[in-house]
Amino acid sequence: MSSDNEYSDQDYYDDEDEDVLLDDAEDESASEMDVDAFDTDYRLSAKGNRKIYEVEYESLSQGDIEKLMKDDVDNVSGIFGVDEDTASLLLRHFEWNKEKLIEKFMDNAAAVNAAAGLSVPEKPHPDRSQSSGVRRSTRQNSADKVKTSSKTKSIIERISPPVEERFVCPICFDDSQTEYLSLSCDHKFCTDCWNAYIASKIKTEAEQWITCMGEDCKIVAPNAFIRKSLKNDSKSWQRFQELLVRHFVSCNQSLKYCPYPSCTYTVSCPSASSKSSLTQIVPIVVCGQSPTHKFCFGCNIDDDHRPVVCGVARLWMQKCQDDSETANWIKSNTKECSKCQSTIEKNGGCNHMTCKKCKYEFCWVCMGPWSEHGTAWYSCNRYDEKASIDARDAQSKSRASLERYLHYYNRWANHEQSAKLSVELYAKTEKKMEEMQMSSDLTWIEVQFMKKAADEVFKCRMTLKWTYAMAYYLDSGNQKELYEDNQRDLERAVEELSELIEQPLDPEVVPSLRQKVTDKTVYVQKRNEIVLEDTAKGFLEGRWSWNVPVEGFD
Amino acid sequence: MAVSRRLQKELRDLQVTGCPTGITLLQADDFQSWILSLEVLGDTLYAGEKFALRFGFDNSYPITPPAVTFVVDDQYQSPVHPHVYSNGHICASILGNEWSPVLTVSAVCITLQSMLASCKSKERPPDNDRYVRHAPADPRKTRWDFHDDDV
Repeated sequence: MSSDNEYSDQDYYDDEDEDVLLDDAEDESASEMDVDAFDTDYRLSAKGNRKIYEVEYESLSQGDIEKLMKDDVDNVSGIFGVDEDTASLLLRHFEWNKEKLIEKFMDNAAAVNAAAGLSVPEKPHPDRSQSSGVRRSTRQNSADKVKTSSKTKSIIERISPPVEERFVCPICFDDSQTEYLSLSCDHKFCTDCWNAYIASKIKTEAEQWITCMGEDCKIVAPNAFIRKSLKNDSKSWQRFQELLVRHFVSCNQSLKYCPYPSCTYTVSCPSASSKSSLTQIVPIVVCGQSPTHKFCFGCNIDDDHRPVVCGVARLWMQKCQDDSETANWIKSNTKECSKCQSTIEKNGGCNHMTCKKCKYEFCWVCMGPWSEHGTAWYSCNRYDEKASIDARDAQSKSRASLERYLHYYNRWANHEQSAKLSVELYAKTEKKMEEMQMSSDLTWIEVQFMKKAADEVFKCRMTLKWTYAMAYYLDSGNQKELYEDNQRDLERAVEELSELIEQPLDPEVVPSLRQKVTDKTVYVQKRNEIVLEDTAKGFLEGRWSWNVPVEGFD
Repeated sequence: MAVSRRLQKELRDLQVTGCPTGITLLQADDFQSWILSLEVLGDTLYAGEKFALRFGFDNSYPITPPAVTFVVDDQYQSPVHPHVYSNGHICASILGNEWSPVLTVSAVCITLQSMLASCKSKERPPDNDRYVRHAPADPRKTRWDFHDDDV
């Protein structure tokens, strides 16, 4: 028994090696798929000029993924000596974890087959296998008619010979039907019902794991059966293929499906596959379908949030969603109770306030305790009394944290707004470029410096935007000061360049403007690199520390 | 048309073989909406109460489940049960992801009957008020979490 197992294991590992070699030779992407490939070096030769803030990744088409799936399927079907559809179901059941599948299969093949919807579980009394429990036995009527012996193991569906005994499909009761199909469980239904059922599962439920229509039947339809049932419905078949790919991708930590609508590309980024790696890198990737399909491999934020890592970016987005507008309103319309710090809006009445929460009585004007106000009920002239000053001090402290947030938020929002206005800027820039061509002897190629500058401004504003999110959470200290120096240098350079390209055009100075803009663009580019590189380096070195707990950092 | 043939067959079965005990067909004039009354027999919390179930069928029946709700009007109330909302909506897996096309109107009635029969305490679902306020007209549009199977 044990020697048997060892032999099979050996067999399996040999296969694996072969696999890797093959992959290396013909397809880089396949080897990236290996879960263990993460920290081995044979994977990809460095792409040369990759920057420190960029990640290594590869874009895969649906066909590429299908090939990877096929490799796994072939591998498993070779080891177990089963057909491809069976191997596919086994792998899907084990979420494409080949090692686990092999281990469990060696352990108890029958149990695995049953769990993977390949065969009906063996029961001591197969006749009663379906009628357990009071609730079930009562609605047996229809299922009983189609149930015959349920002990077959083969996955191949049966096509019953046309009408030998008068069989009526228990779903549609259409007695003109002559063609029936059943899975290995022998639950027979007419082909039209199968067609409608499978198409509905695929289209409305986006399901790749389609079980038999029989009640409580766990047998799963293999791919060939689905293909046959769908007949000419190639659209549903195509969608099914896509669902299989999506399922495969979702089972693999180093793969992610492109989130853009109706895009079928996948990105493989093994270096960002573990949660812990997301504290060191910002895995911004672009799928092969279109350069605009840019997304973060590590989180769902719909933006290139470099240089800040996912955890911090998420905190910030959360805070902005909760706070921004509300915070502004609170700041201008409320005060806090000087005792319990509850936020209070005064919407009428006199200055004698009684906190709803702690029942503290105070004066709205000076914030001092009401008890000291004597009978001066409707006017307060006690602004300088000590108790009032203390109360206002406490108030200003709690306001300070809000101020601090708004400081960062306003800068963040400003860059976002400017980036949004970039469409206008591009249009204006284009107009200026045309003007320049007419008023000077510059050619179209030569006026491209304007567009380049506009591109750079846009790019840097995105960087700047996220640097404010990061700065809000950075612990104060030398590191933060250095960080803010870099941030300030970039910001200043960007504003200067932005001003240069937006100022009205004077034909006299076009040549000098061109020189200035070109120089500034190069400078801005350099500043942006510095911010991105230094921040990325800081993450790799674990240099940054936060003023709040951030997921993944301890 | 597949739907009408199937429902015709179910209707004939109900009329010829008769409804299961405690269940009566009240209205089945078309193939869009049927109403059946339901009593829980024996020693249960609902002894003596009578409820009505409305079945709504669309063209994809029986591939997709029917829309089943308890009737709430002058005559009928929805039963007080941890899986039944006061607007008549029912949280039962067989009306959602565990629906199978071989199930029938009568099978659904029997399942719901036994769901009521096994009830140990008469109370509304904990989120009743919140759900009823925002519930869609068609209960199948609700994404149910099937909390427990033992009631």
